[in-house]
Amino acid sequence: MSAGRRRAWGGGIPFLIVVGLYFAVPLIATGLFSLWEGGSRYGPAAYIAVVQQAPLWASLFLSFRLALETILVGLVILVPAVFWMHLRTPRLKPVFDFISVLPFVVPPVVLVAGMTALYTGPDWLVSTPNYLVIPYVILALPYTYRALDVGLRALDVRTLTEAAQNLGAGWGMLVFRVVIPNLTTALIGAALLTIAIVMGEFTFANILLFNTFAVYINYIGGTAATQAAALTLLSFVITWLAMTGVLLTGRGQVQIGGAR
Amino acid sequence: MVETGQVLTAATARPAPWQLSAAGRRARAATVATALFVGPFLLYVTAFLVLPALRLLTQAFSGAKGGVTLQYVAELAEPQVLHAFANSILLSAFSALVGLIVGGLTAYFAMGPNAPRGLRSFVTTFSAVAANFAGVPLAFAFIATLGSLGMITVWLKQWGIDIYAAGFSLYSLSGMVLVYAYFQIPLMLIVIAPALEGLRREWREAAENLGASAGDYWRHVGLPILLPSLLSAYILLFGNAFSAYATPYALTSGSLALVPIEISNVLSGNVMLAPQTGAALSIGMIVVMVVVMALYAVIARRVNRWGRR
Repeated sequence: MSAGRRRAWGGGIPFLIVVGLYFAVPLIATGLFSLWEGGSRYGPAAYIAVVQQAPLWASLFLSFRLALETILVGLVILVPAVFWMHLRTPRLKPVFDFISVLPFVVPPVVLVAGMTALYTGPDWLVSTPNYLVIPYVILALPYTYRALDVGLRALDVRTLTEAAQNLGAGWGMLVFRVVIPNLTTALIGAALLTIAIVMGEFTFANILLFNTFAVYINYIGGTAATQAAALTLLSFVITWLAMTGVLLTGRGQVQIGGAR
Repeated sequence: MVETGQVLTAATARPAPWQLSAAGRRARAATVATALFVGPFLLYVTAFLVLPALRLLTQAFSGAKGGVTLQYVAELAEPQVLHAFANSILLSAFSALVGLIVGGLTAYFAMGPNAPRGLRSFVTTFSAVAANFAGVPLAFAFIATLGSLGMITVWLKQWGIDIYAAGFSLYSLSGMVLVYAYFQIPLMLIVIAPALEGLRREWREAAENLGASAGDYWRHVGLPILLPSLLSAYILLFGNAFSAYATPYALTSGSLALVPIEISNVLSGNVMLAPQTGAALSIGMIVVMVVVMALYAVIARRVNRWGRR
């Protein structure tokens, strides 16, 4: 490393400290705020109050259940399609790539407007929180597709399929014993990212009036500010865990989802 | 191919397969198989993404008593609607600019070849978390920090500095830029890191051997090569901020005029506006996003032309 290069790096230290402060201060302040008990007293009262609320756990479990359902539906729809595209119809790849960009073109708030205008029933579907899974699959689609696409490209699925079939494997065996086990890391990465997206999703749940985790945090924010701060930190920890998982399974490859 | 034919003709007995030649039967089986594997995916996207968007298009042009009308689309030119679009575009443009500059410099300093390895991996992990840590929790983190009763606001007041009296407000457009930067900067880091890695060490060394200073190198070599990547990153950041809903909603309780907020106000019946107005606003939003993504695609193609070694 030359002296000039070292100076170039050294010159960035004050800048990086300022940026670091910008990112650290809100988290620290939120942490302090969540421990504030009025006046100059600090303690864990907000956390104790939060964990005793049954609606919090209900909303947390609801969001988690929706995340699992979204993963399941998304994979059932996407795995066969992307697998077949790689194996037999590579000419469809531009179509798939185009479709995977569409969820960005139609922002969530627009999609919810379109869905409420188009679908008003059946009642057993639109009046339960499970209805949210339908748009959540669309939200997670770009990330699930990209994870599967990268995973299958690395796999050389054509050679693998021919090898399996030459050894006498049928289609079921091929998919469940050969393809899916080889895609495990890609699938886990996509699943964790979906969890991060669904656990924080607010737009659909708020407009369609379902009490998910993010909606509950917003509700608490209107009534008990210190408890909202405690839940904010909890949400940060959930995001951190999910993203660490994504990074570990994705060989350092970073992805972006989220409910902005 | 042979296996496909055998398995799938058996599974899908179409009319009179015996009339087809062996090759024709195989071709038909392949088509049926494609429909079986890819069909559900295409059907899903059509039913729950394309059709809802098209429904908004027809709704925006249909009158309250049926028939075609341009009334609601013309409402997009009303001052308050233009105001919402202007706010949304300003907020997106500024927060994307902050993300571009701060994120770009951070990537340069913290992820460059001379930076410590530990810092690099920490920044990568933190960016992944912060880019996904948005919406309601992010808004509350900033309210607890810089809201009118936030920790920093109160702390500064004890030192005699009243930032709200000085004109700062977290709930104004400039305050929102500060909040949006929290997910824009990490997003920029994630998007630009591969492009920075693509800058070859040899180019820099060649420039230095020819007597170029660091400034010369960046002005004549580094930045021109990075320019398409920077532009596409900016567009991505713009689109990211433009479609944000949860963060501004939780921050301002839906009072600041932004397009996504206006749409949700129409949907929730908070304002006396026809559903068609919401549809017209939505179409306006899709138009902006289509322009954004088209620009992105054009520039991304240029990036690929440059970037491959």
